[in-house]
Amino acid sequence: MNGNNYGWGLPVAASSYAHDIDFGIILIHVAMVAIFVLWGIFFTYLLLKYRRRDGVPAEREHEHGALKSLAPDIVVMVFEIGLIVFYAIPSWSKIKMNFPQPGEANQVDIIAEQFAWNIHYPGADGKFGRRDPKLVHFSNPIGLDRDDKDAQDDVVLANEIHMPLGKPTLIRLSSKDVIHSFFIPEFRIKQDAMPGMVIPVWVTPTAVGKYELSCAQLCGFAHSFMRADVIVDTPEDFDAWLKSHAPVKQEAPTKAAESW
Amino acid sequence: MNTHDEHHGGHHELTFWEKYVFSVDHKVIGLQYLITSFIFLLIGFSLMMLMRWQLAFPGHPIPLIGGLLSSSLAPNGVMTGEFYNQLGAMHGTIMVFLGIVPLAVGAFGNYIMPLQIGAPDMAFPRLNMMSYWLYLPGGLMMLSSFIMPGGPAQSGWTSYAPLAIINPGQTVWLLSMVVIITSSLLGAINFLVTGLNMRAPGLSLDRLPIFVWAQLVTSVLLLLAFPPLEAAAVLQLADRVMGTSFYLPSGLIILGQPLKASGGGQPLLWQHLFWFLAHPEVYVLVLPPMGIVSEIIASGTRKPLHGYKTMVGSMISLGIMSFIVWAHHMFLSGMSPMLGNFFLVTTMIISVPSVAILTCMIFSLKGGSIRFTVPMMFALAFLPLFGIGGLTGLPLGLTTTDIYLHDTYYVIGHFHYVVVTGSIIALFAGTYYWFPKWYGRKMDETLGKIHFWGTVICMNGIFFPMFIQGMAGQNRRYFDPTAAHHNIPTQPLHIVSSVFAWLLFLFQLPFIYNFFKSMWHGEISEENPWQATTLEWACPSPPPHGNFAKTPRVYRGPYEYSLPGHKTDWFPQNEEAKA
Ligand code: HEM
Ligand SMILES: [Cu+2]
Ligand SMILES: [Cu+2]
Repeated sequence: MNGNNYGWGLPVAASSYAHDIDFGIILIHVAMVAIFVLWGIFFTYLLLKYRRRDGVPAEREHEHGALKSLAPDIVVMVFEIGLIVFYAIPSWSKIKMNFPQPGEANQVDIIAEQFAWNIHYPGADGKFGRRDPKLVHFSNPIGLDRDDKDAQDDVVLANEIHMPLGKPTLIRLSSKDVIHSFFIPEFRIKQDAMPGMVIPVWVTPTAVGKYELSCAQLCGFAHSFMRADVIVDTPEDFDAWLKSHAPVKQEAPTKAAESW
Repeated sequence: MNTHDEHHGGHHELTFWEKYVFSVDHKVIGLQYLITSFIFLLIGFSLMMLMRWQLAFPGHPIPLIGGLLSSSLAPNGVMTGEFYNQLGAMHGTIMVFLGIVPLAVGAFGNYIMPLQIGAPDMAFPRLNMMSYWLYLPGGLMMLSSFIMPGGPAQSGWTSYAPLAIINPGQTVWLLSMVVIITSSLLGAINFLVTGLNMRAPGLSLDRLPIFVWAQLVTSVLLLLAFPPLEAAAVLQLADRVMGTSFYLPSGLIILGQPLKASGGGQPLLWQHLFWFLAHPEVYVLVLPPMGIVSEIIASGTRKPLHGYKTMVGSMISLGIMSFIVWAHHMFLSGMSPMLGNFFLVTTMIISVPSVAILTCMIFSLKGGSIRFTVPMMFALAFLPLFGIGGLTGLPLGLTTTDIYLHDTYYVIGHFHYVVVTGSIIALFAGTYYWFPKWYGRKMDETLGKIHFWGTVICMNGIFFPMFIQGMAGQNRRYFDPTAAHHNIPTQPLHIVSSVFAWLLFLFQLPFIYNFFKSMWHGEISEENPWQATTLEWACPSPPPHGNFAKTPRVYRGPYEYSLPGHKTDWFPQNEEAKA
């Protein structure tokens, strides 16, 4: 399938902020390698130069030399302050704190469970039907109340997510049982799904294709099998797909008090 | 000098039991800790060797012992996901709480610290005995869960709720943790009181060896960080057995069935309490090893440590800062992203003292006359390898890059560089260094060098590939990595890691043989084999009951090497200067 998205390095980057994250990862690794190599050369030099030789005693150092040891610290500090101010805080706010307006985004609710991803689309009306834990049933894993008028055209899928290209998708992430974690390597997005909470996540895919959602938080014996396909289509194909999946009306149990 | 006499009510003959089993002598207790924790390390490692088979060859029957395992854990010898998770949780727990901490603090701290401060014993010898006798049963209890119905814990060493509350096996884990934590707390109080109050005359705080400082800071961390975890564990126990819901929100549906629980709880609460312990715990795992490495570098280079005060100051600030960085483990947990910024800043600040310590260690080599003895080789290897561990923490502490790297093999690689090529290497260094103190004999150099090279190469072979796998997005705690497509290209690296892990085991055999052979037949060591200056070398090896024939008096700082005009290149702390 999507075999050539993956290799020994970072996977293909396919979301609007993937490059922000890659930039940081690459920058830090370049700096890390540079520090390590310089430092390794210095270390090796010290080991060779100051190995024990007969008749050459150790030099006794004077305490005021201690200030020198702060030099590497100052370099590290300046680098880190730069990273925090110019990189981490702005990009973190962009990814985790600034969400697209529901009106301009493709909306989807994702409800994780042991060991599947339930995907709930509001359908053509743009309104999510009511969900109720009491209605949860083998054939209705998210407890959707099909009698609710907003639920008539809702699309519910398992382990398959569709997203339109170039438009933000706004996800409300939740979990029915334990903690799971929503991770799509190609989009560089990860967020825990916390039972009892609904957490917003957004992503704008930048390339048509098939990607992989996997669970990144230990959730039980089949944790490694908890995956889903992520399919990014052109907006037209996406709309056509959504229409073709609008459900035929079906009988469902009624009445319930709370919703989640 | 009467202290120890009082504890024994005078000098009656000690029975075998009093002398070797229920001993109150810090040296015997130290060695009990030493042997026990090495055995636990070996057990934790064995569990991992089994897991390494499954990671390298998922779905293939485990050779040799596969057939011996029960059919529910490994039908036809093929490991199940449940069994894998049990092994993983127990590996982490055993390594951290029953392996490294008791070795670094219980063994090295117990044996060496009182000697380095010229004390006859710990301040509270009976408490000391009690902490060992809680540690061992706590550890055995933890192991016993393997034969309990439901098996051992299988929710990771982090035991996140709600998974840990609904999974089998967790109850024994929690009960054992309460016992183990209590043991550590007793030890911490004892170390603090001993280190501060039992110092020999003249041994002011600015003359304390770095190792003693490391133990003091470690004790404060244990004392302040463990109680919240103990409380948290009791609450989790209540959630499991008493129907409370401290960590369970309302409306959970487990495998299609509503969970019978009152609800209204918060899974995030567990994470905050857990990491409030577990981050300082990381410093408990590395501070004593840093202390060991510093001692060995000073005597191995024949010169004073560079920046003694900087190092002590850095250790103290590491200790303090370690209490306000815990939520960097929770950037993606659903905690407010705003809070993430705060923990980002504190995490970057804490790297400053860490860099300072490492820099001081390296600068200490400059101008030295480096003796490449076995302990010194291990101590030197610590520097670059621990450095890799520290550097790779940077992209994990930075919120944005952590989005991608969190919970991947990158994290596994990072912290194993810290605790394996860092702590364990340093603890090996300490073992070779102080072995002559413990047994009056030296360990064999040639076997030591074989052990050194084999260990260092294999450890890198195991953990370096994990950085590449993490970069490729491989999630941790996957019992079958090949189940996700994005893991397939890096699957061959699992085979590399596994082969090195099994080789690492083979390279521990020379160490084990060397240890026991040298204990009885090693070359007799002179009193001060490394020509070191600190007080532990001012008493016979092994020290008699009560340690010092006469309380030593301290005249100078801990690392007076190569003092111009002095007849030898070391000037012990307790040697009176001739006018
Ligand atoms: C030297 C031999 C060791 C090897 C080969 C090894 C290997 C591993 C591997 C591969 C994992 C990841 C398993 C997974 O994600 O499924 C792991 C997890 C872990 N290891 Fe080690 N390790 C070793 C030593 C240690 C030591 C000395 C410590 C001590 C602190 C340690 C602490 C942990 C912890 C806390 C985990 C996480 C467990 C969890 O996921 O809950 N390991 N180890
Ligand atoms: Cu999951
Ligand atoms: Cu931490």
